[in-house]
Amino acid sequence: MSAILPPSERLWWKQPIDKVEWAWIAIAFIWGMVMFVMMIYWHVYGKQNLSNETYKTTPEMFAAKAEKFIAENTVRTETDQQIPVVKVPAGGDGYLIARLWAWYPILELEHGQTYKIHLSSMDYLHGFSLQPVNINIEVIPGYEHVVKMTPTKAGTYAIVCNEYCGIGHASMLGRIYVK
Amino acid sequence: MATTYRTCPVSGLQFEDQAEKLMRWNAVAGVLALLAGGITALLVILTRWPAIKLLPADQFYLILTAHGIDMLILWIIFFEMAVLYFASSTLLRCRLAAPKVAWAAFWLMVVGSIMTNVAIFQGESSVMFTSYVPMQAAPHFYLGIILFAVGALIGCGIFFATLVIAKREKTYSGSIPLVTFGALTAAIIATFTILAGAGILLPTFLWSVGLIKEIDAQLYRMVWWGLGHSSQQINVSAHVAIWYLIAAVVFGAKPLSEKVSRFAFLLYILFLQLASAHHLLSDPGMSAEWKVLNTSYFMYFAVMASMIHGFTVPGAIEAAQRRKGYTNGLFEWLRKAPWGNPVFSGMFISLVSFGFLGGISGVVLGTEQINMLMHNTFYVPGHFHTTVVTGTTLAFMAVTYLLVPVLFKREMILPKLCQIQPYLFGISMSVLGLVMMGAGTLGVSRRHWDMAFSGAPFQYEWPGAAYLMMGLTGIFGVLAVLGGGLWILLVVGSLLFGKKLDGGKVSSQPTPIPANTQASSAVAHGSDHVAVPGTVVLALLLFVAFVLYYFVNWKYLSEVWLLS
Repeated sequence: MSAILPPSERLWWKQPIDKVEWAWIAIAFIWGMVMFVMMIYWHVYGKQNLSNETYKTTPEMFAAKAEKFIAENTVRTETDQQIPVVKVPAGGDGYLIARLWAWYPILELEHGQTYKIHLSSMDYLHGFSLQPVNINIEVIPGYEHVVKMTPTKAGTYAIVCNEYCGIGHASMLGRIYVK
Repeated sequence: MATTYRTCPVSGLQFEDQAEKLMRWNAVAGVLALLAGGITALLVILTRWPAIKLLPADQFYLILTAHGIDMLILWIIFFEMAVLYFASSTLLRCRLAAPKVAWAAFWLMVVGSIMTNVAIFQGESSVMFTSYVPMQAAPHFYLGIILFAVGALIGCGIFFATLVIAKREKTYSGSIPLVTFGALTAAIIATFTILAGAGILLPTFLWSVGLIKEIDAQLYRMVWWGLGHSSQQINVSAHVAIWYLIAAVVFGAKPLSEKVSRFAFLLYILFLQLASAHHLLSDPGMSAEWKVLNTSYFMYFAVMASMIHGFTVPGAIEAAQRRKGYTNGLFEWLRKAPWGNPVFSGMFISLVSFGFLGGISGVVLGTEQINMLMHNTFYVPGHFHTTVVTGTTLAFMAVTYLLVPVLFKREMILPKLCQIQPYLFGISMSVLGLVMMGAGTLGVSRRHWDMAFSGAPFQYEWPGAAYLMMGLTGIFGVLAVLGGGLWILLVVGSLLFGKKLDGGKVSSQPTPIPANTQASSAVAHGSDHVAVPGTVVLALLLFVAFVLYYFVNWKYLSEVWLLS
């Protein structure tokens, strides 16, 4: 008679299903299909898809590439820590190092241009959280993630670390300038 | 092993002696874990409340790690062990398989719990619930979780063996009850989950003592979430089973269709544990095809299952109420429900909050591209506080109001406060979840000590609305902790000081569940079908909210920087 007793109808699997229940199951199924198609649709027509381009790397290899990029493209330094501000060539490659507890260097971009930003970590996991745009990407040591980004508006943007990375996590703040 | 069987005079439930003691001890261990989790919750809340910011950074991360472990693993799984023993031995009226082994499992879980907590509070293991490598905790942090998991796995084995005993000793006829079927689902998922956990935590333990040199950080995330998310699916199965249980006990409700409800549980087994992939949607190491496959094909069948339960549980209640004569309008059945009974009110708030808040936010969060807007923001804990807290924990709290008299033979003390508690806890926790999601939508990070970024080389000023949301998080968080604390107080108070109740007749033999007579089968068949228009309206409301919220987030996504 109830859910805490064996089904009163021994052959319960032969009982017909009510129309209303069928209708609800159909709605749930079709909605699942719509949500499935939406993701594929967005891959074809949407303008915000996370890149698949990833390479295995090591902290040493990635740091060497990033240092070369910084040496070639630095336009000035900022703050008393002399953090280099690096202008990424339009349409070119930029490197962003995540490490305890900083995003390095500061990148300078132009709006409307497309950049290939290479992300990797030197140590623990970090979280690339671009604010106030609110784009969030996991940064993992040993993986070089190449994300194509096109800023849509000029301004000063912050990179918050939003993957817990130890005691200094809350002070890990980076910067991107968009002209 | 000789044992006895007690038939509770109030509920008619039959408790086997060993199973009963195990249920009590597991439930009590769970409540102790909840107490530790609740105290740490208060400290977490008071630190994230920007106006208060109670703890320094190191203590905050330590306490947050303890909160996650004590709540998500210890409280929930201890309680689930009690649920498994109840759904097997009590509902099927049979002896528990190998009670000595079950006790060994329990003590293994206790030792593991203490070991991990000691590791955390020693201060060298503030690695969060997820303990992502290469950040390393003390070896006994991992070892404690492994011992606890082995204990839980043995507990699942006892449950399976008890089902076999009931079948062999013919204590019931036909199929197992739906609630037991739900518990079986939970136990099967638990087995998968714990094996995935062993697959990652054993190597991590060996790595922490220096026997393994390196663990790939991406691989860790993938396998760990086979434990981390699937363990939440155990909770879903368990609390859905409890919804059916409460509907059955309070209303005498029977499932609208055994076939549909059981099929929905089956979908959980087939698809839910694979949904773990949705934690990796913003990771570098997986392809878009892999992400889409795992979030849609695998996840949406599980979503469908939850939508089915979301319909059939209130549907069963509506049908039972309408049979009793509450047939006016769409909602008389709901208006005339026993809102003053905490068993029902807790269960119904759990159902609504889990469906409207936890369910919808979970699916949106688990959409491949939309995930980028929310990954690792405060939205994520907002989401799971409306699934695992207002969903699972509140359902467990509600069923406890039922179990204290029948299992512990004590009357609940302070009935007025018992009436209030589910509302206080359920509503404040639901609002807490909502404002947390609001803060996350504005970008605020989870697991983050300082919105002001003190010590950083730059400044970033969050929008004022984000501070407002975090302030509200503080207020409703404190209210929710009060609601949870009140429950602990009422339960512990009742166990100690509640009026002792008659335990009922004790016998050395179990009384089997009487077989269905031809007559009762005939009554149940076809002719007594009742339409459930109120539930249809509620379900459509859920669906409309779901669709609107889903597309609003695509709109948000279309406004950010272009990414490819």
